[in-house]
Amino acid sequence: MAVTREAMLEPWEQPAFWRRLTIWDALWTLLVAVGASYAGWFYRAEMDGYEVAILFGGALALIAWGLYWKPARLFALAVALLALLALWRYGTDYELRKSDFLLKYFLESQAAFMWMSALYVLATVAYFAALFSRSEFVGKTATALTWSATVLGMTGLLTRWRESYLLGADIGHIPVSNLYEVFILFALITALLYLFYEDRHRTRAMGGFALLAISGAVAFLLWYTFDREAHHIQPLIPALQSYWMKIHVPANFIGYGAFALAAMLGVAYLLRQRAETRHPDGLLAVVLPPLELLDDVMYKAIALGFAAFTIATILGALWAAEAWGGYWSWDPKETWALIVWLNYAAWLHLRLTKGWRGAPMAWWAIVGLFVTLFAFLGVNMFLSGLHSYGTL
Amino acid sequence: MSDTVTARKPFQRRTLGWVLLEFLGSMNLAITLLVVVAVASIIGTVLQQNQSYPDYVLKFGPFWFETFDRLGLYDVYGAVWFIAILGFLVLSTSVCLYRQVPGMAREMVRFRTQVRLESLRGFHQHAEWWLPEQLPGSVLAEVTGAFRARGYRWRVQDHGDHQVAAAMKGRYQRLGYLFTHAAVVVIGIGGLLDGNLWLKLKEWRGEIAVETRDLAARDVPPVSRLAPGATPSFRGNIMLPEGSAANFVFLRLRDGFLVQELPFAIELKDFQVEYHATGQPKSFVSQVRIHDREHLGDRPLEATIRVNHPLIYRDYAIYQSDFGDGGSKLELRIWPLTGGRLEPVEVKGEVGGALKVAGPAGLFGLELTEFRLFNLMPEPGARPGDRKFRNFGPSVGFKLRAPAGEAREYLNYMAPVQLEGRWFFVSGVRARPGAEFAYLHIPADANDSPERFLRFNARLRDEEGLRALLTRAPAPTGNPDFQRDLAQVRLNLVELFLQGGFAAVTERARAVVPADRLQEATKLYLEILRDTLAEVFIEVLRAEGMKPEQGVGEREDAFFNDALSALATLPAYGSPFYPQLTGFQQVEASGLQVTHSNATGVVYAGFAFLSIGVFLLFYTSHRRLWAWIAAEEGGSRLILAGAGNRRQAEFAREFAALETVLARRLGAPEPRADN
Ligand code: HEM
Repeated sequence: MAVTREAMLEPWEQPAFWRRLTIWDALWTLLVAVGASYAGWFYRAEMDGYEVAILFGGALALIAWGLYWKPARLFALAVALLALLALWRYGTDYELRKSDFLLKYFLESQAAFMWMSALYVLATVAYFAALFSRSEFVGKTATALTWSATVLGMTGLLTRWRESYLLGADIGHIPVSNLYEVFILFALITALLYLFYEDRHRTRAMGGFALLAISGAVAFLLWYTFDREAHHIQPLIPALQSYWMKIHVPANFIGYGAFALAAMLGVAYLLRQRAETRHPDGLLAVVLPPLELLDDVMYKAIALGFAAFTIATILGALWAAEAWGGYWSWDPKETWALIVWLNYAAWLHLRLTKGWRGAPMAWWAIVGLFVTLFAFLGVNMFLSGLHSYGTL
Repeated sequence: MSDTVTARKPFQRRTLGWVLLEFLGSMNLAITLLVVVAVASIIGTVLQQNQSYPDYVLKFGPFWFETFDRLGLYDVYGAVWFIAILGFLVLSTSVCLYRQVPGMAREMVRFRTQVRLESLRGFHQHAEWWLPEQLPGSVLAEVTGAFRARGYRWRVQDHGDHQVAAAMKGRYQRLGYLFTHAAVVVIGIGGLLDGNLWLKLKEWRGEIAVETRDLAARDVPPVSRLAPGATPSFRGNIMLPEGSAANFVFLRLRDGFLVQELPFAIELKDFQVEYHATGQPKSFVSQVRIHDREHLGDRPLEATIRVNHPLIYRDYAIYQSDFGDGGSKLELRIWPLTGGRLEPVEVKGEVGGALKVAGPAGLFGLELTEFRLFNLMPEPGARPGDRKFRNFGPSVGFKLRAPAGEAREYLNYMAPVQLEGRWFFVSGVRARPGAEFAYLHIPADANDSPERFLRFNARLRDEEGLRALLTRAPAPTGNPDFQRDLAQVRLNLVELFLQGGFAAVTERARAVVPADRLQEATKLYLEILRDTLAEVFIEVLRAEGMKPEQGVGEREDAFFNDALSALATLPAYGSPFYPQLTGFQQVEASGLQVTHSNATGVVYAGFAFLSIGVFLLFYTSHRRLWAWIAAEEGGSRLILAGAGNRRQAEFAREFAALETVLARRLGAPEPRADN
């Protein structure tokens, strides 16, 4: 067993959690706490008790995230600064988006989403180029591209949030209210999940595959924008006017993002396995990510997705109880959420208790993505029900 | 699960109960059930549930309707077989719990000081030290010190020639299993209690019967009524018109309903829909009063109910779930379309009511089905992505039932609609519910009225007047016979046209004219027809006081063309009247849902267990460490081994750190054989 440097430095007594924190951790905590408090004070007239709770819950989650995974801090800071810049440029005039240089070309939500889209596609190409050229530099570029895309996309979402209020106080809402907006959320969450695993496992080999899923979402977004003009900010229908939306939807998309990631790793798994059996000396058998890594991250992604999806479905049920009069109505969207959930429960049992590994699990994860995709898109397109995310 | 010992006695007797338990608790069954429930759930999402039975018959035809009905597919999630599968899943999970929990509980408290050296050496994580001149006691102190520093708890057992210190940490991970699976059972049971199981039971025992007739609530017989508290939980609906009150709700069940009585009355004072500037609804708000003499005395409770903001009163929750018409009062002018005289009849009615109107073949039933104040629809001719909407104003929907009984649905807009720069009264018609509407466009005259068109139409149907008009002018050739024949031809053409549009005229030509002259003759016919219609139209204009001799303007020209198109679609329109909406007084109705549940708390407890359970399962790990210490000649031997039941990578790191710490104190371990 190789002894890592961290382990070498490990003291006899493992210090308590809080003693391991550095001055930076303290600063981070302070910054988020102050930022959230300021935001809470600034928008106090706009928020009810639940929303204040969500704000501080969100701030705690952000602090925890930053303590658990350091790169999250830089990300959050960059997004916060850019979003504040956009808010400052806007003032109270929505029309400035057409004339202010910074807004028009970078920070206005549409502009930011276009940058995000372009950067994600470039990152996909770069990851594959890095895979085959085995160039460290190209790999770093790919990572940087992915981070930039994610920063801009997240900035765009925050800006859009503000823009909706600029359109009218009664129109304003968090931008997770329709298919267009949640597709952006999907791309961002998938990217962040991937970046986390890239950082923790110190490998970029999985990047191309993860980014392929994101590029797929980007392709859909572009079609949706240019062909269907779905990017316009729409007022919220009454059913969605609830604080629950703020937590239910993001939780769901952690699930969707994680499942999508797992499926793409499943694809990589199958490719690598094929390459190893057919051309053990070929390039593919060497450059593709190793099987154990894929298997491990696939499991982690599905476990995370399952946990998030469990919470999201529970939140959805609680919301339904408040909006529709019952926590469960067998509405098609709900039912498909259950189907997705049961499917991954079966996957987890097969792996954990029956010890299945390898190709069958990879295939199952890929099929799982189609089931998930149907729950996420197909239900809106083909089935009718109480969920009002609207059709395409 | 490498470290889970499932101790089963080798020669256990295989009783039937044991076999059943074995089967129900088997992993294969569990996984199969998970997949089966998932697949079965799909059915109800593909086939729309709880629609009206006649709609299903229309959709599937009698044979499949019957088959699907037998299988319970119109209410899959209430079907016995579906509930049975769910029940099986819950049962299987319970059995699984029953069998696993004792083992897991033992795992949580036992330190497992009985281990063999070989098995420790076989662990993925292990390290071995040969410590010359060290006494087992001091080695043990070092090791347990390291355990303590890392938050492990341990037991030491002396086996004579060696000692074993067995440590563990994170045993609450095992509770994750318990919480998760118990949650499945709890939610399953709670859901079952909240479902319509009680109704099924009562129905099965013959205590209640579903009412399938279209009755008012007060006429529903007692066998279809449920007193408050008759079932522990229900979910019912009521559509309350403004100003009315009800102390019951309807429970929909298959093709009928039951009346659930409430221990209080809900009065709807006011219902309001607010709209955004774009026309989309912004809020639905009901102002209600709860009357409950027993609990509130003479002072009713005033409350506001909005979407996402229900009213909880006693153990009942009242939600805003729908809206509709509560019997708006409408004024209609019924214009005849088939007679030669234009005498409209003014009538008044209410949405939900029916009127009788005298028609050509007897009394027609005019059933007023809906009134809408706003009709926000895509701009005609806009692409789907344009998102341009227009408010087409108030509309009335009605069914016209012919004396013979068949009915068609109509949708008439009150105000004229501008299309391609001209204004029309629009009326849609369809023969089947759910079909697309076909539209009649009646051109509006200068007074914003359909009157000119209707007069034109009536004039064409007044045969005597028409004949007089056509024979009025002196014969062009001085030949009265020819003139009479021509007039007859013209009359015939007009009649044909009124019966079947231009198509009828061309068809007639095809029937009577030889093929080689068909084209020419058709053209001639159409020209004569058009001239005739124009002549009548000019008469209509003249009657309005215009002077057509001085030339007809472009507007009248366009009107004439539009009128011809409308006349040509009249045969397909299929109504002997055009009911024009002339006035209204809207009465809105609010759709409220009332629920009463006794197991929500149970289900929510299940939710809490589940949330805690999955995180414990995935993100904690039950870890064990063993130190085997034996005194050998000239020193001690220490074997350190460990395993975790989750998060292997993290455990490997933890073990490595521990190994390093010990190495710093005791010296480097021996190189691993398997490295
Ligand atoms: C809806 C039903 C069920 C759900 C949602 C569920 C969920 C889960 C989850 C999330 C895990 C953890 C998997 C992991 O850590 O990778 C798990 C483990 C497990 N489940 Fe289930 N389960 C269900 C039904 C069952 C049934 C019916 C059985 C019995 C045959 C069962 C037996 C087990 C066992 C033995 C484990 C391993 C526990 C351990 O070693 O820690 N589960 N289950």
